[in-house]
Amino acid sequence: MADEQADSETARRATAIAEEHLHFEGPLLPILHAVQHELGCVPEDAIRAIAKVLNLGRAEVHGTMTFYPDYRSEPGGAHTLKLCRAEACQSMGADAVADAARAALGIDFHETTSDGALTLEPVYCLGLCACAPAAMLDHEVHGRVTAESVVALAEGASA
Amino acid sequence: MTLIQETDYGTPASKAEATVTLTVDGFEVTVPEGTSIMRAAVEAGIEIPKLCATDMLEAFGSCRLCLVEIDGRNGTPSSCTTPVAEGLVVRTQTERLKKLRRGVMELYISDHPLDCLTCAANGDCELQDQAGIVGLRAVRYGYDGDNHVFPKTRDGAENFKYMAKDESNPYFAYDPSKCIVCSRCVRACEEVQGTFALTIEGRGFGSRVSAGMHESFLQSDCVSCGACVQACPTGTLMEKSVYEIGTPDRSVVTTCAYCGVGCNFKAEMRGDELVRMVPYKDGKANRGHSCVKGRFAFGYAAHPDRILNPMVRDKVTDPWREVSWDEAFAYVAERFTAIQAEHGIASVGGITSSRCTNEETYLVQKLIRQGFRNNNVDTCARVCHSPTGYGLGQTYGTSAGTQDFDSVEHTDVAIVIGANPTDGHPVFASRLKRRLRQGARLIVVDPRRTDIVRSPHIEADYHLPLTPGTNVAVVTALAHVIVMEGLYDEAFIRERCDWDEFQDYVDFVSDLRHSPEALESVTGVDADVIRGAARLYATGGNGAIYYGLGVTEHSQGSTTVMAIANLAMLTGNIGRPGVGVNPLRGQNNVQGACDMGSFPHELPGYRHVSGEEVRDVYEEIWGVPISSEPGLRIPNMLDAAVEGTFKGIYIQGEDILQSDPNTHHVQAGLAAMDCVVVHDLFLNETANYAHVFLPGSTFLEKDGTFTNAERRINRVREVIKPRNGLADWEVTQRLAQAMGLDWDYSHPSEIMDEISRTTPTFTGVSYALLDEAGSVQWPCNEKAPLGTPVMHIDAFVRGKGRFIRTEYVATDERTGPRFPLLLTTGRILSQYNVGAQTRRTANVIWHERDILEIHPHDAEQRGIEEGDLVTLTSRAGETTLQAQITDRVSPGVVYTTFHHPDTQANVITTDFSDWATNCPEYKVTAVQVARATRRSEWQEEYTEHAELSRRIADREPIHGD
Repeated sequence: MADEQADSETARRATAIAEEHLHFEGPLLPILHAVQHELGCVPEDAIRAIAKVLNLGRAEVHGTMTFYPDYRSEPGGAHTLKLCRAEACQSMGADAVADAARAALGIDFHETTSDGALTLEPVYCLGLCACAPAAMLDHEVHGRVTAESVVALAEGASA
Repeated sequence: MTLIQETDYGTPASKAEATVTLTVDGFEVTVPEGTSIMRAAVEAGIEIPKLCATDMLEAFGSCRLCLVEIDGRNGTPSSCTTPVAEGLVVRTQTERLKKLRRGVMELYISDHPLDCLTCAANGDCELQDQAGIVGLRAVRYGYDGDNHVFPKTRDGAENFKYMAKDESNPYFAYDPSKCIVCSRCVRACEEVQGTFALTIEGRGFGSRVSAGMHESFLQSDCVSCGACVQACPTGTLMEKSVYEIGTPDRSVVTTCAYCGVGCNFKAEMRGDELVRMVPYKDGKANRGHSCVKGRFAFGYAAHPDRILNPMVRDKVTDPWREVSWDEAFAYVAERFTAIQAEHGIASVGGITSSRCTNEETYLVQKLIRQGFRNNNVDTCARVCHSPTGYGLGQTYGTSAGTQDFDSVEHTDVAIVIGANPTDGHPVFASRLKRRLRQGARLIVVDPRRTDIVRSPHIEADYHLPLTPGTNVAVVTALAHVIVMEGLYDEAFIRERCDWDEFQDYVDFVSDLRHSPEALESVTGVDADVIRGAARLYATGGNGAIYYGLGVTEHSQGSTTVMAIANLAMLTGNIGRPGVGVNPLRGQNNVQGACDMGSFPHELPGYRHVSGEEVRDVYEEIWGVPISSEPGLRIPNMLDAAVEGTFKGIYIQGEDILQSDPNTHHVQAGLAAMDCVVVHDLFLNETANYAHVFLPGSTFLEKDGTFTNAERRINRVREVIKPRNGLADWEVTQRLAQAMGLDWDYSHPSEIMDEISRTTPTFTGVSYALLDEAGSVQWPCNEKAPLGTPVMHIDAFVRGKGRFIRTEYVATDERTGPRFPLLLTTGRILSQYNVGAQTRRTANVIWHERDILEIHPHDAEQRGIEEGDLVTLTSRAGETTLQAQITDRVSPGVVYTTFHHPDTQANVITTDFSDWATNCPEYKVTAVQVARATRRSEWQEEYTEHAELSRRIADREPIHGD
């Protein structure tokens, strides 16, 4: 029933970030964005700290954070490759592209290569249906990818 | 006897006065504006299928089962979220709706185990019921796809969507495989309990109910109130007792025997086995809510430590000898008679119990007045709310709170003084927090930063972290600001109060020595904070004051109560819903015990023994003269015992050794007596000094009434037969008969009849009325046949409200070089009072020992680290316990609870007490804290002595209390 906040560096940073955003009308999402931007993820200590500043239950912050797949609880790789898994891309062979990428990288979705270079994530529609199958490396979108091109893309980022 | 099934209207009742009329399936129904179509349909006798809706929670509209069609409107809106409108024509059962509902249900069941026969919720499952109601006959989708039901997939791989059952909470289990994600548990935790411990994590098909951040329930913020378990429509959240026993088949509505909130519960039974306690929606104090104690912590009733046979011994150093009831009664009668013959009529007395029923308390004081022929009767209210009785009696003319708990729904500004409602009165706290989330403002006066000061979604506007012992200074300073800034309600004061006394009070309170600035150095509270709080209370709308033992258990307890009463009169906050002065009473029936004449100077109904008319009433029916001289209070009895003039005592249901101040003095007093009779469930600490032990019965085992903090007389009903053979009222009656009294009550209702016949505030009370109305608040008489929810509406009970000067006088208990810290005491949610009951339940998982809270600054100075064993020393004694370092307490203040006898915080507390009522000054003791290497000598000796004292001849030893 009792919970004392761990006084970690993460907690201190998250507290500071949360306090900077208190003037927003709905500050939680901007805070989560800022924390992830700075720390690379939103760890549990940060959730506790944000909850404390906003006077929310830590369950609520956890619920909000886990609703959005882009918030991470652990740091991802240096780069993130997102493969679209939505209907249009599936109909244009996205499954085969995904299988090839997973096999070439030796990781499944939501995982990071052992050297920490790349994280593979699914995404449900990049809005690039006309150029399906689509992928996104960090903030750059790529259309009409093939098994070969996406593997090359991944390996290029990992190098 | 059957299982009570309360109607679930699906959505909360609308409070609107205007009504609208509509038709549901052709039946016309008229309901208040704002009512949902779902609720209107239930009013018309038509139940619309539903899963995510329940009337304890706001409509949510997620399950898509309660769809209806409305003539002239498109689509199929959900009936829970659609309000009624004039002339609507609603259809609840059309071909289209039937098909939709079946389809929705099919999807639910496609991700739900089909193990109904072996499920704990079998027969008590809304999902099962609704599947039947919508006519589900097949599930086309199979279980080969994604699911949350099976740990492994068809091909033997691990199913990552599956979550194992969480059994971390001692009382209920969370089985995610059965969850339909209706959010009822999450909403109950938020809306009803106000803890915000649960959430839905993830989204879409991945959505799961999560405690905290995907933690176990035990690790999360969960306070185990049970609201989620009650809300769950499936077997996902289920009492472990139902897993173990099965579903109940009958229910008895009764009243919780823990705190003064007085929650009504359905005791749900199978045979004579109590399966679970479920809060009763018609309970007017709790409105269907509960806390961990009332809901789950009833296991003590069946605990092996319970003593079920009477026992006697000649000397307290002897082992106990089990005897028959008759032998025990004869023994007491003989000893008491002999003592009185030798030492005089005043040499014996008794203590009534605030844990027992009104009827039992009445009988104990009657035994003392009629049988012992003296007024040596007192009760535990002496050590808790006696200043409330005195202070409110002096100012308003009645010794009780002014409101009902529903009143908080109309409060705009609440002041909480010296009370920790989230721990001490959790169900009231939930109701207050709900109001705060609706926008009411809050002022907290407390040395500690309690949870009500700031916790999810609530925050006090002002927290006044005063130095313990300066309540009078702070409350008087609030009044000073209100008077000096002209914020008082002159019209109210002129009409309702004595104007001359008000003038005198203004002279007093205007003096600059009462200004927040002048008192800052005494109270430790920033003057601006006091000014802000005073302005808010005086101008913020309906202002209500709730206070607890942090007000009364001081050398100026009565003065603070009067200062609070002054504050409410000054601002006109008396006599209507939403305002008032509300003591949060500690024990379940401490209000009742006071009402029933448990004080040495008062007969039932707070009538002084010096009044001839009152004595006449009782002399006539009891047939004995009643002394016009007040008898001895508890501390006086102990003093007299040490002096050798008080020799025998009958103590019903109170552990004075653990709960009363200055344990050493209590020990000495008890040890000096010739016959100590303890009537209790367990061999408590006091019983170590007893010669006779009469086994008691729990609240589950008897009929009677408890009166809660709102003056509400609630029925207690026999759920099982007394395990010890006799209900407590029967024990007292048999004892009286053994002493030659001609008592002949065959049921507690006859005792209540005697009470109502002799007590003007109770003349309308009878079991027949209580059964019909559920409960009533006294005064209940010809002027108020159905009781009195709010008092002092048009005039104060005493006529004109009386302003009384409240001069701050510092306590004699001061800090100094030897004892530089101030100790204040309190309690914790999971434990109750001396812990005799809660320590014998799984509640110990939350609080297995008393902890000393100390500020980081004070800890550092003493080289104390988190979890260290420390010695706590005062002028009265010393003990050892573990330290917890926290800034909840201010520098210079330490805090502990008194739930565990091996700590005995009351070894530390002193003999200082309230000037008017002798209520002990538990809340202020000057202490020193130091690191310790071992338990104090006193603790070692005490443990040894307790073990020796608990020996029963021919029995295995009973383990420490």
